[in-house]
Amino acid sequence: MKPSEADLSEWIRLDQARKSYRMGGQQVHALAGVSVSFSRGDFWAIMGPSGSGKSTLMNVLGCLDRLTSGKYLLDGRDVSRLSDDVRSEIRLRRIGFIFQSFHLIPQLTVQRNIELPLHYLGWDEEKSSVRARELAERVGLSERLHHRPAELSGGQMQRVAIARALANDPQIIVADEPTGNLDTTTGAQILELLAQLHRQGKTILMVTHEPDIAKHAEKRLYMVDGKIDWDRSMAP
Amino acid sequence: MKRTRIVRNVSLGVENLLLHKLRSFLTMLGVVFGVGSVVAMLSVGEGASQEALEQIRKLGSNNILISSIKPTEENANSTNPSFMSIYGLTYADQNRIDTGFRDIRRSVPVKAMRKDSRLGGRSLELRVVGTTSAWFDVVPRQVVAGRVLLPRDQTHRSPVAVLTEFGARKLLATEGTIGQSFRIGGDTFEIVGIVRSESGQAGSIQVPDQEVDVYIPIEVAQSYFGDVFTKRSSGTFIRERVELHQIIVEVDRTEAVEAVASGIGTMLKRFHKKADYIISIPLALLQEAEATKRRFNIVLGSIAGISLLVGGIGIMNIMLASVTERTREIGIRRAIGAKKMQILVQFLIETVVLSTVGGLIGLGIGVLIPFLITYFSGMPTVITLSGILLPISISLTIGLIFGIYPATRAAGVDPIVALRHE
Repeated sequence: MKPSEADLSEWIRLDQARKSYRMGGQQVHALAGVSVSFSRGDFWAIMGPSGSGKSTLMNVLGCLDRLTSGKYLLDGRDVSRLSDDVRSEIRLRRIGFIFQSFHLIPQLTVQRNIELPLHYLGWDEEKSSVRARELAERVGLSERLHHRPAELSGGQMQRVAIARALANDPQIIVADEPTGNLDTTTGAQILELLAQLHRQGKTILMVTHEPDIAKHAEKRLYMVDGKIDWDRSMAP
Repeated sequence: MKRTRIVRNVSLGVENLLLHKLRSFLTMLGVVFGVGSVVAMLSVGEGASQEALEQIRKLGSNNILISSIKPTEENANSTNPSFMSIYGLTYADQNRIDTGFRDIRRSVPVKAMRKDSRLGGRSLELRVVGTTSAWFDVVPRQVVAGRVLLPRDQTHRSPVAVLTEFGARKLLATEGTIGQSFRIGGDTFEIVGIVRSESGQAGSIQVPDQEVDVYIPIEVAQSYFGDVFTKRSSGTFIRERVELHQIIVEVDRTEAVEAVASGIGTMLKRFHKKADYIISIPLALLQEAEATKRRFNIVLGSIAGISLLVGGIGIMNIMLASVTERTREIGIRRAIGAKKMQILVQFLIETVVLSTVGGLIGLGIGVLIPFLITYFSGMPTVITLSGILLPISISLTIGLIFGIYPATRAAGVDPIVALRHE
């Protein structure tokens, strides 16, 4: 799906997005003019070899990183060069992150990890606790609320991470190789969870380099050298 | 809402610090000792200076003491046996003081001499103080038995005497002795009361009382014993004529003390050719003592400041290490949507909690040490409110100041880099 005229379904839109930085005295173009749009409720797999710029694309889409040039329109609003605080606010209210290595805070219990976004949203303790229990149940971890991450298996940790990503009821879920550190069976369970979320209407952007995993997504985006290889991408 | 969030942030900070109990404890040790030593030193210093100040206060901060002293040049002639040195304050001086100044509430003349006394079979050399009833108003003394001197004792020229507790004990005088007669020199007096004495030394001024004082009406002292005293010194007799040994002046208002004192000085200079008197102002002594105390506190404060500085640097050091160690946590929090300011506050709270808890533990130690000092050595120590609040607020401030840098470093962590950090 090439970017075309402004379209109401173009919920997330990148327009000639460029991101470059200096590394070892050399200019690296992590994104070399990416134009793409994603509709509300899409489930995308973002693929490509390492160094292709897919992680940078993820960081930009997740409002962690800013563009060097070009535009990033989120729901019609240009967020490509907003201040750090405003981008934090967008992440807090609209985006949920899932990482390859789970990124749970080791000293906090499962419940506290899940409650983390609610803490920054300013929820009170009672409400947060109810919500955390609800989410833990949803990912099948109600029994583990008071465990610490180190006491969990990889699959369980990723479920906690998903519960945490859902705590703020985000519109977009950005998943960076969510099954990368999991065995095939557990990975499949996690993917099933993501598919469920997709069916519930969440927009999911998932980075992966495994075609088997990418198959679970509706649409695929293939990155090479900071650009989209449209020939290998697939958008039904 | 805002309050509960602060409470929650603090409790999260405490939770985090409790994960590394030993490290947190070691980190706050510098502040513990810093605050502990400040509190202990301040209370020992305060105890010592309060003791001194109390002595001065006994003299009365509204009082002026004018004492007769023998001029130094007189000594040269003292080998002449027929020579009599005449010096000191006079009845006329007291009259002029009484009538010439507006702010004086009362003045008390004192005539003091040493006389042998005898009660029953006991004898004792006493310092006989001829004075007025106002003596007991200027420095209030506790009455142990009987009464003090009254104005009618003066008008009737009654030969009555008030003993001090110490003198009474030596003479075996008790409550039952009140009303009995005893002898001072060659004369008979009636014991009418026993009072507790306010003895002691305050700076260069002798507090008016001595333990072997006996108080009699000044008119009686004058008519019985006269104004000429014979002293024996290294084999020769020295004859002196002194009308009054001391005049104690009580001023209405503390602010007027200095003005009245200098007025009296000017007046006395006019009537006395020789410097045979000395004016001392307890208030000035008090101010001097307080200035000394302030200097002492500044010295203590600087020592304490240095130790707290060292403690603060210790905390900062550990917090910086903690920020590095928790880079990934910071990245996670940032990715979830924490603003820079929230990360800053999180780390700042941890530092402030560390330094404040350290300060409280230090306070406990600092309160215990003076208690032990007083218990074992009997040295007076005083813990004042400011001696507690000052170190606590300083440790809080230390936490804020030395927490800012690590917290800023934490807030400045790039979430993208931090999330890759292992």
